[in-house]
Amino acid sequence: MRPSSPRRSFFRTLTRFRRSALFAVAVSALASLAGATVVSVAAARTPSRGWTTEQRTLLRSLSLSSLGPLAADASNKYADDPRAAELGRTLFFDTRLSGNGKVSCATCHVPSQDFQDGRALSFGMGTTGRRAMPVAGTARSPWLFWDGRTDSQWAQALGPLESAVEHGGSRTQYAHEIARHHRDAYEKVFGPLPSLAGLPAKAGPVADTAWHAAWSRIPSARQEEITRVYANIGKAIAAYERRIEHAPSRFDRWVDAELAGKPHTPESTLSNDEQDGLRLFIGKANCVNCHNGALFTDNHFHNTGVPTSRVVEAPDSGRIAGVRKAVSGEFACTSRYSDAKADDCDELRFAVTEGEELVRAFRTPSLRNVASRAPYMHAGQIADLDAVLTHYSNAPRAPFGHSELKPLRLSDTEKGQLIAFLRTLSGSLTHY
Amino acid sequence: MRSLFSAPARSLARIAAGLLTIVAAGSLTGCMLFAKPPRDLDYSRTRTSEAGHYRATIHPQGDSIPQGRLHRWTLHLETVTGTPVDSATLLVDGGMPQHGHGLPTKPRVTRDLGNGDHLVEGMKFNMGGWWVVKFRVAAAEGRDSLVFNLKL
Repeated sequence: MRPSSPRRSFFRTLTRFRRSALFAVAVSALASLAGATVVSVAAARTPSRGWTTEQRTLLRSLSLSSLGPLAADASNKYADDPRAAELGRTLFFDTRLSGNGKVSCATCHVPSQDFQDGRALSFGMGTTGRRAMPVAGTARSPWLFWDGRTDSQWAQALGPLESAVEHGGSRTQYAHEIARHHRDAYEKVFGPLPSLAGLPAKAGPVADTAWHAAWSRIPSARQEEITRVYANIGKAIAAYERRIEHAPSRFDRWVDAELAGKPHTPESTLSNDEQDGLRLFIGKANCVNCHNGALFTDNHFHNTGVPTSRVVEAPDSGRIAGVRKAVSGEFACTSRYSDAKADDCDELRFAVTEGEELVRAFRTPSLRNVASRAPYMHAGQIADLDAVLTHYSNAPRAPFGHSELKPLRLSDTEKGQLIAFLRTLSGSLTHY
Repeated sequence: MRSLFSAPARSLARIAAGLLTIVAAGSLTGCMLFAKPPRDLDYSRTRTSEAGHYRATIHPQGDSIPQGRLHRWTLHLETVTGTPVDSATLLVDGGMPQHGHGLPTKPRVTRDLGNGDHLVEGMKFNMGGWWVVKFRVAAAEGRDSLVFNLKL
């Protein structure tokens, strides 16, 4: 007989509990109908502008004011070097870093559009299988991409560069481009470029078979030199990207004034509908379970039963595939190209790498600027916020795997209030 | 024995029963989302194991348990008579009973610190609410489990 894993066994216990919890809740619901809990609810409320102590704590945690200073990235020792950031900014907009000379990072991560492109599926050299994610605040995320297949901004930046449908280039091409157009800026940060003499114009461990074959003919020592240049391109881009952060929105100004007991100005006022939406967000609608903290994300992965894309043919299994790529990634925190010590890579060391919870689970996106970021979900399957809230309210079955959602039964008024609240999270970005 | 009801009536009854079940289940599921944790939960950081072999105390790094950040714990393990237990195999698991999901990370006991203290690395809680952390213990006194309730 196959022994059951501790994790599976624990879930059996959870399931047993949930059955008993259902009974307890049924009893509790009946008691509520009889008015038995009214007194205790009233007692728990310590009114201060109508917010309980618990709610005030939650509100404080959602304000940008509670976001601490950005921690150093141990895997990228150049992350806070202004010269690296300047080079990274240049590279971010450089279309020469592509197979056709037309694609840059900014093609899909458009600065004027919250560093995303407003498309269901991004388009570089071809159509991708996912929606572009915004960049702001991602330096604070332990995992990047919808499936978390990399564990740093610099490793993330390198994925699209060698993707056939995104930038569509290869690492020897990029090394040549750096030597031709960015040598001085590069060498001031990273030291001398290796000799590129005799290297093919295009070669790398990519899908293109000719480029792949050319790469395999390069001696491994030179491969490593080129790959280090390639990794440094990612580190420079990350040095730029980590400076892209959210500026306070009307919601942040409102929270800060509300909790300080200060009068609200027009710039720090929420309407009644917006406040009711906020109460739903942190209450009945349970949005705050996953969209928590000042960036409105728990930086984790959830199967929320979103439908499959009508355009993308291959099934997208999300985190279960992403975490395997993250653990074995060429540019992972534990890789030879990382500047981190093994002890610095705890997110990888303690990552959950198996289990049904990971199947079709996708990273919780930040909700900052969400109102201007349609369409929604990892392949833009849902057109607008109203449809998103209908999805969460109905909690349909997942196409595969198991959805974590339970039906909310939101009324049209409640959905409107939630959308009104989400609009208060819109604000500008700070970047240079 | 012949049924008291005709076939169409029996079908109607089955449909009605099915609908009632769906409505009841739906209501309960909806309620469960908003349910508070049971009132009698023991949130103390010192607990006796389920079979009574051990007593243990958790010491989260920095004392308060952060949300959304990896951190370490020290687990102090002793027999119920107060003898520190150093040589033990300890497995960590947990989750949110009301949500039906496990921990977002796979924490492990990575080091025996002596005097019954064990270093637990990789602890992380990504949501507010009621969490359960369970340690499975295998040591000289026998196999047992320690269960800690946390409120974040």
